[in-house]
Amino acid sequence: MAKAVLMQGNEAVVEGAIAAGMRFFAGYPITPSTEIAEQCALRLPQEGGTFIQMEDEISSMAAVLGASAAGVKSMTATSGPGFSLKQENIGYGAMAEIPCVIVDVQRSGPSTGLPTSPSQADYMQARWGTHGDHPVIALSPSSVAETYTLIIRAFNLSEKYRTPVIFLMDEIVGHLREGVTLPRANDLVINQRKSSFKDGANKFAYFVPEGEYVPAMKPFGKGERYNITGLVHDRSGFPTNNSQEAATLCTRLMEKIDKNADDIIRVEEYQMDDADTAIICFGGTTRSAKHAVNEARAAGKKVGLFRPITVWPFPEKQLAKWLGQVKKLLVVEHNYGQMLLEVQRCAAGQAEIDFLGRINGTVITPADIAEKL
Amino acid sequence: MDSRYDMRFTGSGGQGVILASIILAEAAVISGLHTAQSQSYGPEARGGLCRAEVIISKDEILYPRIITPTFLLALTQSSLDKYSQSISKDCIVVADSSLTVPDSLDPSRVVCLPILETASEKVGKAMTANVVAVGAINSLLGLFDDASLEEAVRRHIPAGTEELNLKALHAGMELVS
Amino acid sequence: MPSDLIHEYMRIDHLPHIWCAGCGNGTIMRDVAVALDELITDPEFALTRDQVVIVSGIGCSSRAAGYMDFNSIHTTHGRAIAFATGIKLANPRLEVIVLTGDGDASAIGGNHLIHAARRNIGLTVICFDNLIYGMTGGQYSPVTPHGDKATTAPYGNVDRPFDVAKLAEGAGASYTARGDIYHVRETIDIIKQGIKHKGFSLIDVYSTCPTYYGRKNKKGEAVDMLKWQKENLIPVSKYYTLSEQAKEGKLVIGPLHHSNYPEYSAEYAKIIEACKEAKKGK
Repeated sequence: MAKAVLMQGNEAVVEGAIAAGMRFFAGYPITPSTEIAEQCALRLPQEGGTFIQMEDEISSMAAVLGASAAGVKSMTATSGPGFSLKQENIGYGAMAEIPCVIVDVQRSGPSTGLPTSPSQADYMQARWGTHGDHPVIALSPSSVAETYTLIIRAFNLSEKYRTPVIFLMDEIVGHLREGVTLPRANDLVINQRKSSFKDGANKFAYFVPEGEYVPAMKPFGKGERYNITGLVHDRSGFPTNNSQEAATLCTRLMEKIDKNADDIIRVEEYQMDDADTAIICFGGTTRSAKHAVNEARAAGKKVGLFRPITVWPFPEKQLAKWLGQVKKLLVVEHNYGQMLLEVQRCAAGQAEIDFLGRINGTVITPADIAEKL
Repeated sequence: MDSRYDMRFTGSGGQGVILASIILAEAAVISGLHTAQSQSYGPEARGGLCRAEVIISKDEILYPRIITPTFLLALTQSSLDKYSQSISKDCIVVADSSLTVPDSLDPSRVVCLPILETASEKVGKAMTANVVAVGAINSLLGLFDDASLEEAVRRHIPAGTEELNLKALHAGMELVS
Repeated sequence: MPSDLIHEYMRIDHLPHIWCAGCGNGTIMRDVAVALDELITDPEFALTRDQVVIVSGIGCSSRAAGYMDFNSIHTTHGRAIAFATGIKLANPRLEVIVLTGDGDASAIGGNHLIHAARRNIGLTVICFDNLIYGMTGGQYSPVTPHGDKATTAPYGNVDRPFDVAKLAEGAGASYTARGDIYHVRETIDIIKQGIKHKGFSLIDVYSTCPTYYGRKNKKGEAVDMLKWQKENLIPVSKYYTLSEQAKEGKLVIGPLHHSNYPEYSAEYAKIIEACKEAKKGK
């Protein structure tokens, strides 16, 4: 068996990303994500990859999209204030369908907020941060070991669906060091982007065969000359004002995620089989919640835990499954009530909903949750 | 060792208390135990009070932070005064011998060790105090075998300083016998 | 010759272009195509068409990328140079050419311009400099001369203008030049030099915008604006032979600055190589 190593959450992001094939990172220093940039600066050239510290957050996001268009799996990392600045080009990535991974190690806000304190208040920004209707995939890890495997999944989904994937971390996991047993390289599943155009499609870079949602993507410099734009475009990739073309493109962009939600969504269900009460949480908050579940169970209470690992799209179908059995949902998150809104929407009166939030920069403890239960 | 320690390491920025906690966490991983290490960030990490935490446990660690420590290391007076106020009743406190133990602390729980002096006089380098502390703590609590701890030290020190740091580690171990 | 060139290097399905009658942008786009054609057909330079990536931002100028039949990417406002930086570093073999405008490059993208120049990354940035924001209808840009009119400067522009070439030089660009749309051959030549140059090249090309800048500032029709360029923009070979008196009110065009400072992606490649060697040594 492989040896366990001590690893920080932010470090696991980098090692997992490298295992996934990431060979380009552009970033800008920001707490509490900076270790990711530092580790990339050290590690990427050792793997033949490239690190660059850009002049700002906006250009970091732009450089990542450029590198991906040139055929290299690419990543950036930031925190709240920088995540705000990156939104412009995240939208570009969604529209032009350029795979990449954006790590947001959340901190307290708004604005500069509490730079070193935990928060999960970018949950809605991850979904709605950039303007316009757009597809989003966002994943959130709850341990250092999971960070390693989940960032690989982030790259895989990004390549498979040609869309930016947001890796929504929090300071609790980002700055935590734990033992990790790294999977062997042979045991990992690594997706590469579909890069060969089908017959007759090379004239149309954004051609999608009937019944499919994702066009193939050949990197620049490999013999397929085509145009990429953030404007509404036709199947050739050229801007168009045609409303029919606009409908076709914008609908496909949404449907490629919606219609594949089952493939994209992963949840953790802990002690749910006979639960009448379920804690709903994500990311680092899960640690306190699981502790609270164990204590409640020891006291004879039927409490379970439902954790979206894929936080966007929200696992509504997976939650709905429990709504007959579970009478009470306790949403716990380090914000003023963001995933709560999704739970309310999905539960739609079928269960009592309670909420425990925190916006003062401290961590919600198991005792806080126990009290609420 | 006992089944779980919730350990807090405190001192001033630059004394290496964070690295001390990381070395113990690494030793826990090498020994097949569960561990969770974290630290305080911000201006206090660059001078002033500095704090690091490590949980070492035979069982899985869920909530990864410390609520009430069962072990406290203090290398400065201000850190001892501040952090000794929020410890469990049976917490073991290791304080540097140069410090004055506050009246509020049960003296039977406090172990005073000449960590700073050992580093500067016996090892010959003041900045090895954190590794001296690691050695002393391990002897006191019986956490890990020597080989695991030595390997943990090697993984976290700059190349070329192995001899110096292992000397510091053993000097620390000898403080408790 | 021009129609062959258009058939060869333009996406003719997408022509005619969107630019106004009398706009200089089409001339600059053609200059870029001729420069590339001459380099692609030059056996000594050995540039292939697949190696060329055209990157643009937002604005009138930036529509050029879509018309040119190369690898092309039309990005977000001001960010073309940052996208181009990622493309170049991901594959340094690519010849990355940025087509931008004065507003795109020096206002919203000003930070990216100076930092790419400072790094001396091997991009060729061609600024279609028409002294105004055309796409949005005639607002003043950072190069609009002091006192000139624009829709957002109805009483005259209070700002002091940038000289984009000097800005790039000051920031560290290792090749800068200025062209226009009247002196076609000279402009093609500096574009070629810029592409051949290994470090960061900035070529500021004076375009004409009769629709907004010309009309707002009583510069006449497109032909009058071209005539102004003919009389007032003097090729560098001639400019320095002029008396101080004759230089009055005239601007120099041609190569302005050149140095051999090391190129960024080549420097980074050395780090990768050193890491590889260190790995072997282990």
